[in-house]
Amino acid sequence: MKLYDYVLSPSCYKVRLMAALTGVALDIRPVDFHPGGEHRGPELLALNPAGSIPILEDGDLVLTESSAMLVYLAAKAAPQWLCNDAARPAATVQQWLSFSHRLTASLGAARLHEMLLRPGNIDALRAQGTAALRELEAGLVEQRIRGQRFLASDRPTVADIACFPYVALAPDGGVLLDPYPAIRLWSRAIRAIDGFIEMPGIHRLHELKPEPVPEGGEA
Amino acid sequence: MTRNAMIDEWYPVGLASQLDAHGRKTALMGEPIEVRLGEDGNAKVTGGNGRVLPACIRYGHVWASLGDPQKPLFAIPEADQPGRRLVDVGVVRVRCSPLRAVENFLDIAHFPFVHTDILGAEPHTEVQNYKVEIREDEDEVWATQVQFYQPQAAKSAEGGITTQYMYRVPAPTCSILYKTCPPRPGEWDVITLFVQPLAEDLCDVWPWMALFDDETPMTDLIHFQQTIFVQDRSILENQIPGLLPLDPGMEIPTRADLTSVAYRRWLKRHGYTYGAQLVAQ
Repeated sequence: MKLYDYVLSPSCYKVRLMAALTGVALDIRPVDFHPGGEHRGPELLALNPAGSIPILEDGDLVLTESSAMLVYLAAKAAPQWLCNDAARPAATVQQWLSFSHRLTASLGAARLHEMLLRPGNIDALRAQGTAALRELEAGLVEQRIRGQRFLASDRPTVADIACFPYVALAPDGGVLLDPYPAIRLWSRAIRAIDGFIEMPGIHRLHELKPEPVPEGGEA
Repeated sequence: MTRNAMIDEWYPVGLASQLDAHGRKTALMGEPIEVRLGEDGNAKVTGGNGRVLPACIRYGHVWASLGDPQKPLFAIPEADQPGRRLVDVGVVRVRCSPLRAVENFLDIAHFPFVHTDILGAEPHTEVQNYKVEIREDEDEVWATQVQFYQPQAAKSAEGGITTQYMYRVPAPTCSILYKTCPPRPGEWDVITLFVQPLAEDLCDVWPWMALFDDETPMTDLIHFQQTIFVQDRSILENQIPGLLPLDPGMEIPTRADLTSVAYRRWLKRHGYTYGAQLVAQ
């Protein structure tokens, strides 16, 4: 499976993370998104007329929407991440998959503006991002009251992976996460999943690693 | 009010490869500037009131000064060695003091914690003794005999190696790192951090590299360096105080911070205080 990838793109990271969590090996094809603008070049536009990355190729299947890629990886390798055995969680997963696009359009665009100098109305983007974070916070609080740690269930699903990266990187765009305790707990729960991988700006949980033992001696 | 000593320095203001006649609006130390390709093929940089600023193209970037530069842009002789790959890493904006960005670049101790499994890894956290000096003739800060264990020191490195480093600060917002070159022992890879001060607490950072590496695709080289720098970015944006303290009353350095101490001392000596805090608050 071949992923057209940019190391700083949260949407590409969703796919890398999902693949790591489900044990799928990806063949990574780096795309010079910045500063080269390769995603708008003829080769990639032929694959994806929308001019966006990631793009996932598997045989003759070409996917250009990250949510579809998450569903594909889960359906192939670990269907429990779809949580589609009951009506309510199945619909809730779809609800948050759609919602994740609002995070991309607000927090993601604010991050590109602040970090890579892409155009945009930063105040409006931050306001939209904050509104989306408040909605997510409320959703996670309700889940906790139901005794569930993740967005659609007590186990993580593709919906969590779809929403996590742009939320975790919100401070890159100048939107702080301090007011959202449920989001911070959820972020920690995701980072604690076995097989979790990081991306620049999203750090692993150092404190969960075993205590380092000095070389040649007992701790 | 004293004249800002940093006004006569050269600063990066854009990628040479992206120069066009249309121009790009940016800023230098609070002053709006415009950078474009002039009719004579050279970079043309104009200041806020339309005045033409000193400008040149070097090391993949356009350089400009708001004042009257007393010397040409610093030399990087290695950059002209044949056989090196020149890598334009591209701009990353950081909401931090331009001096803080350089200081972080000079720090080794954070490698295992911030660049985990790339430039460092626990338990190899010790910073061994190294040499720091302010070279009077060149008027530059140098750190030499630096070494550190690194799991993946460069894109071209396979497995962990003990990497040798030299750091050099030839201008208040620029630093050059010389580093063990895995494919060509005996030569140094050149990795630079060119910082454009937009304001005292905001900068555009333009990393650039001149490497001996014929194997790795250009995009991988760019992504490797962007990964490293963006791992630093969120930490830079959360440093307190935001301005770099030049008053020893505020922070207590340790031996591992020798380069930072020399850098701060050198800044203070020259009155390079744009982005600095002189008195502890």
